[in-house]
Amino acid sequence: MDKKIAIRDGYGKALAELGKEDPNIIVVSADLEDANKILAFREAFPDRFYTYGIAEQDMIGAACGFSLEGFTVFANSFAVFMTNRAYDQIRMCVCYNNANVKLVGSHGGITVGPDGGSAQCLEDYAIMRALPNMKVISPCDALEAAKATRAISRSRGPVYMRTARPASEILTKESDPFTIGKANILREGKDAVIIGCGLILGEALSAADMLETSGISAMVVNMHTLKPVDEEAVINAARKTGAVVTVEEHQVNGGLGSAVCEVLSRKMPVPVEMVAVKDTFGESGEPEELLAKYALKDTDIAEAVRRAVGRRRPAG
Amino acid sequence: MTERKFDLEEYGKRSLQFRKEIMLMLNKAGSGHSGGSLSCIDILNVLYYYEMRHRPKEPAWPGRDKFIMSKGHASPALYVTLAGCGYFSGGELDRFRKLGSILQGHVHVKVPGVEFSTGSLGQGLSVAHGAALGARLKRSGERIYCLLGDGEMQEGNVWEALMTAGNFGLDNLCAVLDYNKIQENGPVKEIKDLEPLKEKLENFKWHAIEIDGHDLLGIKCAFDEFRATGGRPTFIIANTVKGKGVSFMEGQSKWHGKAPSDDELEKALSELENMKV
Repeated sequence: MDKKIAIRDGYGKALAELGKEDPNIIVVSADLEDANKILAFREAFPDRFYTYGIAEQDMIGAACGFSLEGFTVFANSFAVFMTNRAYDQIRMCVCYNNANVKLVGSHGGITVGPDGGSAQCLEDYAIMRALPNMKVISPCDALEAAKATRAISRSRGPVYMRTARPASEILTKESDPFTIGKANILREGKDAVIIGCGLILGEALSAADMLETSGISAMVVNMHTLKPVDEEAVINAARKTGAVVTVEEHQVNGGLGSAVCEVLSRKMPVPVEMVAVKDTFGESGEPEELLAKYALKDTDIAEAVRRAVGRRRPAG
Repeated sequence: MTERKFDLEEYGKRSLQFRKEIMLMLNKAGSGHSGGSLSCIDILNVLYYYEMRHRPKEPAWPGRDKFIMSKGHASPALYVTLAGCGYFSGGELDRFRKLGSILQGHVHVKVPGVEFSTGSLGQGLSVAHGAALGARLKRSGERIYCLLGDGEMQEGNVWEALMTAGNFGLDNLCAVLDYNKIQENGPVKEIKDLEPLKEKLENFKWHAIEIDGHDLLGIKCAFDEFRATGGRPTFIIANTVKGKGVSFMEGQSKWHGKAPSDDELEKALSELENMKV
């Protein structure tokens, strides 16, 4: 993979294209247009772009007002401000009213880097997943983000989508389908399955390469939709391999790992290891350094796979 | 309700009837918000019977004006008004707050005529100005109304919304404050004073009007003034009395979130029966 593109860029490009195709799309913002990659939309459609200044709660309410008038609204901020600062507005105005509002939080995860712990959103999956009517999506690359943007604009009702700051590898193919709630297999394998979402799936694929050299065949599943989680894909992968590792740039509590365990504990109990941030805030540093310090690297994932495989019950 | 007639006596009788229905439904429910429902009912009476363009038999009529009830706990006032307009059967009022009823404790969209569910304070005005901007963009000519409580004026979100609507110059937006001066734990003035309110609103680029919120003609005139005002959103400061019309509820914070018992209901109804229109 040579060319790296940020997930947020994939979103911004698709949003500007969608603006051309669908005159019903409104974009609202809270003073982070460049960081959220919505400048192209703003330039092209100034009459359908509104900023509320640094007032996320007001922006979310306004987005719901637009939806009352029949518009499809994309609301933008950093993941951390969107989901935390405006949580009650998201719960009440967006979810309780089942408003047709798409929340896009950029700068999700620890790979935000030098801005430090205050800016690194590590709880958005958990708190968005807890809300009725909400769908939660975390694309793994710019290509998938573009497809996801189109898909969520077509889906009726609330959606939260996390994007990320750093340029990252393209892990999917142009021809890969994107269906909300339908996981994609990035790599086949038989001894264990790594289920992940977001750009950290790059680390998962690299871990699978490492494991192969030591004779462990790891499947990698891209669970781009955390809610509704693809239960069938989780069960099938667990049944096939008997050992599961979840990988995410998120707190270990309440995120993808939890979503996967909620399925497996009821339907297919197998050993699960979770690679995630262990109930702590992040700090300043380069993304690579942070992934290493918080044990989210390919080597950590490979180690977790070995643990899961070791815990698996012998057949028969 | 698109033609604007105003027969003061008719409006007065209707307010009285609505007050009785509010008391009856709260008594039946056994819980709910009496004081703030009685204080805003005159405003809703004039809003729905005089001011707004809407069609009770066709709630989704595209040309309708829209109302956001930011103080969602005063749901009894809105529900009796909507039932009075014919959005749903008045018999449903007996099922307020009961399992399976459309009449949720706080204002809910499942009730015909309700545009938006509320109940967490301080959020309605943002929704209203979003809708007002959307309506302006569509050039639909519709107007958006929002009723706020004075307690929720202490929420930061309200002031964000005031700043936004003023900056956008949304002259199709009208906010009304049910300024009954009492919140759950006592006088607003003692808990966190809003004054000088009119000056604050004008500084936030609103056209502010101060009225007696129980003077039906005054409410009508304020709405007329709103429609005649260009370039700015209008904020009607309606000075009201919490629990208006029932002497033992008037001005009492303990009646914020309480329903009348059978005895209290009887007393309230007899007082309302004797209230001058």
